[in-house]
Amino acid sequence: MHGSEPVALAAAPSPAPLARGGPMRFSAHIHGWLMLLPAAVLLVTFTHYPAVATIIDSFFSTPKGRRGAVFVGLDNYQAMLGDPVFFRALANNILYAASVIPLTIALALAMALWVNGKIAGRPFLRLSFFTPTVLPMIAVANIWLFFYAPGYGLLDQILGVFGISTHNWLGDEHTALICLIAVAVWKDAGFFMIFYLAALQQMSPQLGEAASIEGASRWYFFRRVTFPLLMPTTLFVLINAIINSFRLIDHIVVMTQGGPDNTTALLLFYIYEVGFKFWDTAYAATLTAVLLALLAFLALGQFLILDRRIHYQ
Amino acid sequence: MNALPKFGSGTVALETAGAWLLALIWILPLAYALWAAIHPSAYSAHFVLNAPLTLENFVRAWNAAPFARYFLNTFILVTMILAAQLVLCTLAAYAFARFDFAGRDIAFILVLLQLMIMPDVLIVENYRTMSALGIVDTIPAIGLPYMASAFGIFLLRQTFKSVPRELDEAARVEGAGPLTVLLKVYVPLAKPVYIAYGLVSVSYHWNNFLWPLIVTNSVNTRPLTVGLQIFASTDQGIDWSVITAATLMTSAPLLIAFLLFQRQFVQSFMRAGIR
Repeated sequence: MHGSEPVALAAAPSPAPLARGGPMRFSAHIHGWLMLLPAAVLLVTFTHYPAVATIIDSFFSTPKGRRGAVFVGLDNYQAMLGDPVFFRALANNILYAASVIPLTIALALAMALWVNGKIAGRPFLRLSFFTPTVLPMIAVANIWLFFYAPGYGLLDQILGVFGISTHNWLGDEHTALICLIAVAVWKDAGFFMIFYLAALQQMSPQLGEAASIEGASRWYFFRRVTFPLLMPTTLFVLINAIINSFRLIDHIVVMTQGGPDNTTALLLFYIYEVGFKFWDTAYAATLTAVLLALLAFLALGQFLILDRRIHYQ
Repeated sequence: MNALPKFGSGTVALETAGAWLLALIWILPLAYALWAAIHPSAYSAHFVLNAPLTLENFVRAWNAAPFARYFLNTFILVTMILAAQLVLCTLAAYAFARFDFAGRDIAFILVLLQLMIMPDVLIVENYRTMSALGIVDTIPAIGLPYMASAFGIFLLRQTFKSVPRELDEAARVEGAGPLTVLLKVYVPLAKPVYIAYGLVSVSYHWNNFLWPLIVTNSVNTRPLTVGLQIFASTDQGIDWSVITAATLMTSAPLLIAFLLFQRQFVQSFMRAGIR
């Protein structure tokens, strides 16, 4: 054994071979893990652990006073199935997502096409579209609150010019959710515009020239060339739009508090209410478990369905 | 329909008009906030050109709530989060990009999981953790769940991977250790990405609301967003002039930075979006 060592040393040139060499390999494991460790500890503590704890807690009761949490099996889920507010919030959230997502993406795309082209007043348009992105949702929700105020609010003042009578936009079950959808679309469209703009700027201008020589209409060119080429961007934007429609409830806290009659309660808002107003943590965990399952399901669906389309079109 | 003129001037004019209408609607909330904030309350919903100008609303808002403290809290919060993110994400990204350690691929997938399951939806359990740690109602408690950012790790890993290995190896031949190589080779080359990530992070956490609302309950820890909400919902009734003044104050630093460095902002958000 001793005899072979100098031979090995001689074979290896004296500055030790990098990362891939024999003795370095072990240190690569150590170095890799040491550098990952600080981030990993925080990620496990505040993402993985709570995700797992959510599911575990959903099988226990809420600890009350001296009595700790007791295993209750599926009781929380059973209670949930009998809870009309949960179904209301779920339906609201689906309707909200199904409206906000396509509207935001369509507007973002239109904005990007305008701002990318030779339109008059381009700097102003870009500035105007993007500004909502840098404003806090909580702040702009207060401004929108004024827009919707019955009687003297801006919306009623404008509609009043056309002789339409005043309306309590946020107080009416039929219009409250629509008002919030408008705010969400307004807030995010300019943000997503940026990603489309980036993709459009990387697109070869020769494509457009070729199409115009061929006599293709702009709509045809968009449908057959631009839009398919933008598919990866659309997927990226879609994922973010979906996450936002389940994650962002700031405007609900400011504008409606879930009312009237729970017509604007979204899932996360209901979780917030149950967990931090009624302090029923076990039931809040159960609701969170449903939200996590929903997010996981959506993530899976996106990758399975859209991935195919993007690569083979 | 197929016979549409390619660049018919009629459609172009119509489109331009549509774009402008949309842009006007998009800027309207900010324009209104500005109007209400610089005019006396009587004109907050009454739009006449000769309305007198005033800064009184800003003074009233500033004096009605401890905004100076809120500004300080937000500043501390945003700085703390960004500093931690830069260090943690750089180290982790470097490990993922350049070290072939056991379990790397699984670890990377576990990191990416955070892109879908964000701390924003794990409020119930994270609050419980903060109680157990005894740090509810502190500024670090607001920041901790966001410090190891999957987005930052992902973004920097992509950047580090594009650094030519020759540069790395040249530095090592001269005897530099892994951390020296990281600081001397990788970090300087990734500077634009750091700026991009920094801007995105600062805007996100300056504007974040729900988690800070839950985990804070005193003036000394509340960030601006939570302070503004408490101010607007309880203290003011519906004095729109004062509320809009407070709203503008809260958004001003980011908004002014954006107006001054518009190009950098837009490019940073772009860079952060394309991997």
